[in-house]
Amino acid sequence: MKCKVIVFPGSNCDYDCFYIIDKIFAINVEYVWHKNPTIGPCDFIILPGGFSYGDYLRCGAIARFSPIMNDIIKFAKKGNPILGICNGFQILLETGLLPGALLRNNSLKFICEHVYLKTNFYDTFFTNAIEKDKPLSIPIAHGEGNYFCDRDIIKKLQDNNQIIFQYCNASGEVTNDSNPNGSINNIAGIVNKKRNILGMMPHPERASEKIIGTDDGKAIFQSVINKLL
Amino acid sequence: MENIKLTKDIIREHGLTNDEYKKIMKILGREPNITELGIFSVMWSEHCSYKNSKNILKLFPTDGDEIIVKAGEENAGCIDIGDGLAIVFKIESHNHPSAIEPFQGAATGVGGILRDIFTMGARPIICFNSLRFGSLDSKNVKRLFKGVVEGIAHYGNCMGIPTVGGEVYFDESYEGNPLVNVMSLGVMHKDKLITGKATGIGNPIFYVGAATGKDGLGGASFASRELTDESHEDRPAVQVGDPFLEKLLLEACLELNDKNLIIGMQDMGAAGLTCSTCETASRGQNGIVLDIDKVPRRNLYMNSYEVMLSESQERMLLIVEKGKEQMVKDVLEKWDLHAVQIGNVCQGDIMKVYERDKLVADIPADSLVNNAPIYTPDEKIPEYLKEINEIDINKIPLPSNYEDVLKRLLDYPSIASKRWVWRQYDHMVRTNTIFLPGHDSALIRIKGTKKGIAVSTDCNSLFCYIDPFEGGKIAIAEAARNVACVGAKPIAFTNCLNFGNPNNPERFWQFKKCVEGMIEAAVKLKTPCTGGNVSFYNESPQSSIYPTPTVGMVGIIDDIEDRVPSFFQNENDLIFLIGDTENDLGGSHYLSIIHGIKKGPLAKLDLECEKSLQEFLVKAAKNKLLSSAHDLSEGGLVVGIAECTFDACNNLGAVIDLTELNNPSLRIDSILFGETHSRAIVSIRGENKSIFLNLVREYSLSCYEIGICKGDRLRVDDCIDLKVSDLYKIYEEAIPRRVQL
Repeated sequence: MKCKVIVFPGSNCDYDCFYIIDKIFAINVEYVWHKNPTIGPCDFIILPGGFSYGDYLRCGAIARFSPIMNDIIKFAKKGNPILGICNGFQILLETGLLPGALLRNNSLKFICEHVYLKTNFYDTFFTNAIEKDKPLSIPIAHGEGNYFCDRDIIKKLQDNNQIIFQYCNASGEVTNDSNPNGSINNIAGIVNKKRNILGMMPHPERASEKIIGTDDGKAIFQSVINKLL
Repeated sequence: MENIKLTKDIIREHGLTNDEYKKIMKILGREPNITELGIFSVMWSEHCSYKNSKNILKLFPTDGDEIIVKAGEENAGCIDIGDGLAIVFKIESHNHPSAIEPFQGAATGVGGILRDIFTMGARPIICFNSLRFGSLDSKNVKRLFKGVVEGIAHYGNCMGIPTVGGEVYFDESYEGNPLVNVMSLGVMHKDKLITGKATGIGNPIFYVGAATGKDGLGGASFASRELTDESHEDRPAVQVGDPFLEKLLLEACLELNDKNLIIGMQDMGAAGLTCSTCETASRGQNGIVLDIDKVPRRNLYMNSYEVMLSESQERMLLIVEKGKEQMVKDVLEKWDLHAVQIGNVCQGDIMKVYERDKLVADIPADSLVNNAPIYTPDEKIPEYLKEINEIDINKIPLPSNYEDVLKRLLDYPSIASKRWVWRQYDHMVRTNTIFLPGHDSALIRIKGTKKGIAVSTDCNSLFCYIDPFEGGKIAIAEAARNVACVGAKPIAFTNCLNFGNPNNPERFWQFKKCVEGMIEAAVKLKTPCTGGNVSFYNESPQSSIYPTPTVGMVGIIDDIEDRVPSFFQNENDLIFLIGDTENDLGGSHYLSIIHGIKKGPLAKLDLECEKSLQEFLVKAAKNKLLSSAHDLSEGGLVVGIAECTFDACNNLGAVIDLTELNNPSLRIDSILFGETHSRAIVSIRGENKSIFLNLVREYSLSCYEIGICKGDRLRVDDCIDLKVSDLYKIYEEAIPRRVQL
């Protein structure tokens, strides 16, 4: 199996994602520069966090015009797995691969801290290896992670079981207090209808080794690998 | 423009004295033109030339076996850490810009220090900052505080370089003149070190990055005078940062270095194009020719004077090996950066600048860098020292309720949790952050090795005000102790010396004494200085700041598995206080916050004892004897113990019995809240007790068993019995509740 990490000029979690796939899972992984027209042989794409183009306009708004995006959309349409983390999630929304938008955090401040995530469905590429009912401790680090969409979309997301991760407390309860940024329904991560594209604000690559605090995020990568190997 | 007649007023406005002007005439053998005058004025400003401090700075110890680049030789010092790796680090101030425009002032401060690191070929892996503001009761201070923190977050977060720690203090002395000191540390393979030297006659000089605008015109001169009520009119002297552009520059420059395409590299920081060209020429012992018409501009109507002096951000100067121009352009193209050749390295020692084929500056490069006038300003023992060291400790009443005292200390913003600040910084990106902020030192791992790097910034400026010599000593000792507490051996430091106007003899005396104290400690602790920055003229209409020599200490831990956290870890662990306690209330937070007295005398710090303590801490960590270790400083013993219980995850309490410390000559408040130096609180597993005590004896340290980790309350004798979670709440909410008002 082969994993590709897409690198935009302002990506800054590309290296962290690469490191986890390479060193922790010993899976073949390569960087792909955003100006490349094609992805090449690939089974799994990660769109990493960062500030793809400085994001002075709207996060991810320029990245969607990168040459590589056409091939990424093709890859997605074939049902292959794509994981967009933080800025990667923002780019997936801008390209229309996922519905909704991410607004500025309701505190209007950048927030970097560990949060807990409740996993709602275990039937996806990204969640099949997660321990049932265990709140995952995974950090967030963003200024614009406040998920927003209209009522129709939220209804569809609910009806189709697309809300994969919600912010919760240490006991796994989805509460107002555990919502760090004002997201509708505490949404932290969603999949598309076909369930092969996951966008999430928290950073599982920052939670895949005990030495940096928690390895709860490892299960997300493990899920994809289980499914593909 | 170059025909402007230089009047006395013009010369004075450039901050040059009559004697300095005569010296320029002598060097040139003629009168300078306006562009040349501008060039001399920025290069000979205090900010670039250190003319008032050089004589003192040269006394710092700068030698060490592992030092690859010494202080002052390049943009930052460089140290060999083994495994084929080297680290580069430096701290710098951006005080005046932040006072005028806090967000951009602080943001561009981060941008500047990062360029200092990657211009050496190292990838910056962490950021740090030391911030000082007036009281949070003031509306303006809140604005400055919020703006500075957001500015730092904006720049560092976008760059993807974690801001992993630092310090924040609040004191009235910084009311009109906040301090924003930013530090960065980078890592590289040591054979990838690149210097700022213009060598190889005929080699092209490339300009890369942002176009030059009128922003930051004369920033170096602006930093070299006092802030006044009219300073806000200097706003054009504050630059605007673009972290995305800097990210591109960082990646492009490191890629160029990886591919061995460049010979020298220098960022354009203070004094912009002027400083970067004459410094590289001077270091390379060559001349340099510039065609200023080639310099990319944001504003078409700029003359040579403005282009040479602009401090627009995110610009780099590259000295490229002839024949590799196209390869350099290709790399820069990949990162969407424009590369423009603006000149060449040439024979001789002259910096020549042409504008529309006309020579507009013709100056010996070295005269700008190494021939700046050097002064030894007058010094005088400050008047205030006579009465500041006279307190009659017996007249200070003992508090009636020690629980209230503890709560008030924990609620004081300088002591309280800084989570409100570091939550806004991405402190985890690059996944090397082993200790989250809140521990005694930041600790990061170096992937591919077992090593870790610990960093701590420190300075108790009230101590430096009461007794500059001891205060300077303490700043070094405490920063090193913080590093030792996590198990790392302190190896070297960088400093940011923030003081008032050096032409005021009392201020200069403070400066000199602080440095002398720092030197004494640095020599004893064998931690050389790798460079840093001097920031004078930190005065506002209200007052001068406290003398603030911020120390950024760096330590190495050979095996990251030996690290020691600052918080209590296990129920039933034994708690020990290492180091003796005296009646040391002078300069303490207790005296200042509870009794409203900011006076000395300060206790002398015994460097012999300090050294033993630090060596012991590192050894005990290596032998895996410690569950936790925490240095005692602001707030003394009880605040220190309370901090040990403030692990966000468990809030493990402690039962403390101070009978062993009691002695008839010691006041209770001295025991509980005094700030005797060279002390640490450690906790250990019961089964390690005898090996631990043997090691303590080996290092001839005093040691007192004072309690046990237990439950969810903090109990100290019969005077304190409080729930840890209640104390933690006070500690955590102190800053947010003041900021949000």
